[in-house]
Amino acid sequence: MSNRSTRRRTSLVAVLCTLVLLIAACGDKKDDKKTTAPAKAPTFTTGSTMAKIQKKGKLTVGIKFDQPLFGLRSATSGGFEGFDVEIAKLIAQGIFGKGGADKITYKETPSKIREDSITGGDVDIVIATYTINDKRKKVVDFAGPYFQAGQRIMVKSDNTDIKGVKDLNGKKVCSVTGSTSIDNIKAQAPKADISNPFDTYSKCGEELKNGRVDAVTTDDSILYGLVSQNKGELKVVGDAFTEEPYGIGLKKGDDAFRTFLNNRIEAIEKSGEWKKAYKDTVGKIRTTTPEPPKVDRY
Amino acid sequence: MRVILDNLDTFTMALGVTLLLSLLSFAGAFLVGAALAAARVSPVPPLRQAATLLTELFRNIPLVVLLFLLYFGIPKIDIRFSPFITAVIGMSLYTGAYMGETIRSGINSVAVGQAEAARSLGLGFGQVLGIVVLPQALRTVVQPIGNLFSAHAKNTAIAASISVKDLTYQANKLGQENAEAVTTLLAVGMVYVVLLLGAGYGFAVLERRTAIRR
Repeated sequence: MSNRSTRRRTSLVAVLCTLVLLIAACGDKKDDKKTTAPAKAPTFTTGSTMAKIQKKGKLTVGIKFDQPLFGLRSATSGGFEGFDVEIAKLIAQGIFGKGGADKITYKETPSKIREDSITGGDVDIVIATYTINDKRKKVVDFAGPYFQAGQRIMVKSDNTDIKGVKDLNGKKVCSVTGSTSIDNIKAQAPKADISNPFDTYSKCGEELKNGRVDAVTTDDSILYGLVSQNKGELKVVGDAFTEEPYGIGLKKGDDAFRTFLNNRIEAIEKSGEWKKAYKDTVGKIRTTTPEPPKVDRY
Repeated sequence: MRVILDNLDTFTMALGVTLLLSLLSFAGAFLVGAALAAARVSPVPPLRQAATLLTELFRNIPLVVLLFLLYFGIPKIDIRFSPFITAVIGMSLYTGAYMGETIRSGINSVAVGQAEAARSLGLGFGQVLGIVVLPQALRTVVQPIGNLFSAHAKNTAIAASISVKDLTYQANKLGQENAEAVTTLLAVGMVYVVLLLGAGYGFAVLERRTAIRR
């Protein structure tokens, strides 16, 4: 390679870089008005979890890799997308300042291993459609809730006779074996036929599309994910009939860290960043943007 | 242990489902296998090729995939079978492919002179196969068919994935609901062992009775 062509190429790269920087800078300026990310990394009390994470230079977050709209690894790019991922980025910005979003290591934490990942120290926090409940509070602590899910009903797009949970009486309904969704439906619509549960929600979705069942019921967050994968074929109807507050899981007893996370959640809810994260992910399927839930400092 | 005793009637029902599924689909597999074997030794080339194709197809698709395709795929053309019927069909085809190869190996073990003698007496292909060759062929493959049955009966556990309420399905369900999955699966595992020891004994007796003394 001659010297000259190297130089020419270098200058071309330089021009391109400048262009990219300019565009990026313009974009940043727009966001600057809303962002609550500190320009420089804030200082934390030495010895606190926040300070340790800052020193390590990375925040390890447990998310779902297979939950559309919340935590999903893109099959094409290998990147991560979803509401939980956006929340993780906003938390990271609170620890590292601007650019903190790039300092996250994502680990897959399916439902079964969420508690063990936290107690074993595999992850700093878990943001994985993680419902806060008393049983889990005995093992881990929760910041938030940062999202309010609830059990709802999914039907085929052309269905008009199922509008709420009471309409499920006498209808065939699919849910997942052993889930709390099944117990809830038994209580709310005792005459619903739930004799054929499956082991995954995607199978329930197939049953619905094939017309073997009339409805599928579980957390709306999961249902919206299925709707997003089957655009135009399925829809979510009626109001939520249970409350499933999603929280950020962390090590039990780390109160300083929990307070920090709670403050951070409140800050992004107030600034509008929460709403933006919602609109960019779940809002693509669910058109109404709800009010963010109130943080519960138990 | 409580979870087993409290749900004894559910497990008994499930045992019935497992037995019925095993036997029905094994009978189906025998028919499929006999047809495939006959086609593969027939003098008609297209029939031979078709049988080879089907054998390789059903033998080389994982059973869990085959059942999934049958249960969730077929309804796309507006035909709906219950999970149980789907499992019977799927397992008949799957084990049928193996059965066909087993029977064919039996047919190949019958001395050529037998078929030639039958033909020289004026018997047609069907008669040669049905009256002369198959009865001898089957006697030599009782042991491998018994082997196939034990693999087949255990494979019925996969039908649980399309919600056939067999032993494995109930063990998973009740295990999950009561947080006792190890207990229920262990219990059900033992039931399979006992069942198959019985079947193995049956086939051993059958083998002794039908063995050709050479």
